[in-house]
Amino acid sequence: MGSYLIEGATLPDGERADLLIEDGVIVELGNDVTETDAEVIDADGLIALPGLVDLHTHLREPGYEQSETVLTGTRAAAAGGYTAVFAMANTSPVSDTAGVVEQVLSLGEAAGYATVRPIGAVTVGLKGERLAELGAMAASRAQVRVFSDDGFCVADPLLMRRALEYMKAFGGVIAQHAQEPRLTQGAQMNEGALSGELGLAGWPAVAEESVIARDVLLAEHVGSRLHVCHVSTAGSVEVIRWAKSRGIDVTAEVTPHHLLLTEDLVRGYDARYKVNPPLRTREDVEALREALVDGTIDIVATDHAPHPVEAKDTEWDVAANGMVGLESALSVVHAALVADGRLDWADVARVMSAKPAEIGSLGGYADGLVVGAPANVTLYDPGASRSFSTADLAGKGVNSPYLGLELPGRVVHTFHAGRRTVADGAVLELAEVAGA
Amino acid sequence: MPEMRHLLSTKDLSRESAIHLLDIAEDMADVQNREVKKLPTLRGKTVVNLFFEDSTRTRISFEAAAKRLSADVINFSAKGSSVSKGESLKDTAQTLQAMGADGVVIRHQASGAPFTLATSGWIDAGVINAGDGMHEHPTQALLDAFTMRRRLHGAASRGKALDGVAVTIVGDILHSRVARSNVWLLDTLGAEVTLVAPPTLVPVDTTTWPVTIGYDLDAAIDEGVPDVLMMLRIQGERMHAAFFPSEREYARTWGLDDERLARLAGDTIVMHPGPMNRGLEISAAAADSPRSTVREQVANGVSVRMAALYLLLAGEES
Repeated sequence: MGSYLIEGATLPDGERADLLIEDGVIVELGNDVTETDAEVIDADGLIALPGLVDLHTHLREPGYEQSETVLTGTRAAAAGGYTAVFAMANTSPVSDTAGVVEQVLSLGEAAGYATVRPIGAVTVGLKGERLAELGAMAASRAQVRVFSDDGFCVADPLLMRRALEYMKAFGGVIAQHAQEPRLTQGAQMNEGALSGELGLAGWPAVAEESVIARDVLLAEHVGSRLHVCHVSTAGSVEVIRWAKSRGIDVTAEVTPHHLLLTEDLVRGYDARYKVNPPLRTREDVEALREALVDGTIDIVATDHAPHPVEAKDTEWDVAANGMVGLESALSVVHAALVADGRLDWADVARVMSAKPAEIGSLGGYADGLVVGAPANVTLYDPGASRSFSTADLAGKGVNSPYLGLELPGRVVHTFHAGRRTVADGAVLELAEVAGA
Repeated sequence: MPEMRHLLSTKDLSRESAIHLLDIAEDMADVQNREVKKLPTLRGKTVVNLFFEDSTRTRISFEAAAKRLSADVINFSAKGSSVSKGESLKDTAQTLQAMGADGVVIRHQASGAPFTLATSGWIDAGVINAGDGMHEHPTQALLDAFTMRRRLHGAASRGKALDGVAVTIVGDILHSRVARSNVWLLDTLGAEVTLVAPPTLVPVDTTTWPVTIGYDLDAAIDEGVPDVLMMLRIQGERMHAAFFPSEREYARTWGLDDERLARLAGDTIVMHPGPMNRGLEISAAAADSPRSTVREQVANGVSVRMAALYLLLAGEES
């Protein structure tokens, strides 16, 4: 494993510093650090962020390797400045047993581009009927602490209550995909004036808000911890704000696309904009931004959802839900909230690294870039600008809603546990990463 | 007149283009009264009726229209074809492209599918939307407008719009592409549109719709005094999704029964896009009364579709 001297980087707090990385650890941090054996990286003008952590990634393996694999998904992660991803459980077979989550863990270790923490399914086969072996997954080598049926809601209130309670045995958290299934049968887009005009079945905000309201009350009742996936409406923000004011142990995430894009994009029936929960209104986007700024929403999570071309190159109704997001997330957060000064880079480090790691019980990220911490570092050029294109995508999926859009910033270098995964904006080859 | 490349919706149809199309349809209707009904206009052109949803009425109307313009017609029904074996819309479109289709008339269960077909670059043909999901059915709205214009102005219809005409549309607005296309077109032509439906069958937010919405059919008949009363087909299975309690309650509350028929003002016309559920949304007496335009609508449908095909496909020669 090489040693690197990052010279003249700007830390999240605005201070300028050199960082010396040796044996996977940040060993020195300060001005005028010298180390003759280390490879010197000129970071003048670059922001040094702690490696980003994504609590909501679809790596698709096992089972859907035509969409993404652990290897290609973590390449996409590295390209976006991520050093750890939590892999959602909707694989085939579903990640609902110790065997499957250990397999996903092993695939991540073999790749080396990012730490892969498997998420376990809450219910067997994501069917919402009976609990999966949560304890076995928690006790497995994968040490699962986040459980989710994402893609589906744990709709049965009794099952949700039990799952929340059961988490207390090992300090886990249920990450709920809040979507009342009966209110969203056949739903295709946000329900409102536009869905009425376009003749697409509506996905009403209340279908998300009512489940969140129920779940925060359940979490309060049983004294458990709840995490809410991909919050998408202004009403959900209000519910979560109320729950936090009551002291309920709830955290929440918002996706980059819900921070930037609105339902108006659906007008052309381009299935790249089909996602679940759907793109909402300008008012919702503004409420989500405010919530991330004031802490009502804790983190940004990508919901990176790669699909093969044929799943999107089709009529709207049959197209798959989801967008790739790892490669663009930092630039989108930059555009949505850093550009106008509502978040600074220390805030970005919090909502995209320290806090998601904390929610997911992932060690090594709590203190950010400090001496002794694992060397998970992202060097970001905030002055860059690019027309986002497929050349910026490093996974298998090209279903990005940002193609052709002008986005600020660029990830220049990424270090995962002291290994370089991205150099000068290019993802390194597997041999250079895994063998480094 | 701007060249018409596709006919996908009435929302993006200008008043000028709509009146022009209706006037061409008048010319086509005149031809239908001749002994020889066929025009050579589209000789050598191929029109594909691409139907992903069963609709014999609409398909044969388009087929008659294309044949009377001397086009070659290929009927491609998705049922029992490669489409039912999982072929994508894209592959189907590229197959038609390779066969040299000049025009594609598409009926699809997914809203927006004709738009996708027309804009994806899969095919060069002109695309006519023959009904997509809950979105639009533009030729139906055009034939309805044509029918209204003829009832109101008779032989003097050419060049006229529908300014000030009070049109009340009754029934399942939420799921109806006919209602949507009519709302946009009638507004463009200056009509005043009222929608009457059970509250469950109206979209949740209609603030952008140029309409008045009510739930009381009796009030709409007695106080609104519509010039046109358009009854939409109600699907009985909607009651299973709790849109209304029973067919009986629907018929009693929102159906045009004999008693309501008797209360209609002297010159109110009754329209229905078909197929009708006699006894449910419309009584037999209403359907067969002199007020009813149901059979005229069918005849006018051929003329309007001839006009649409002509405007899309005869461009180079004219």
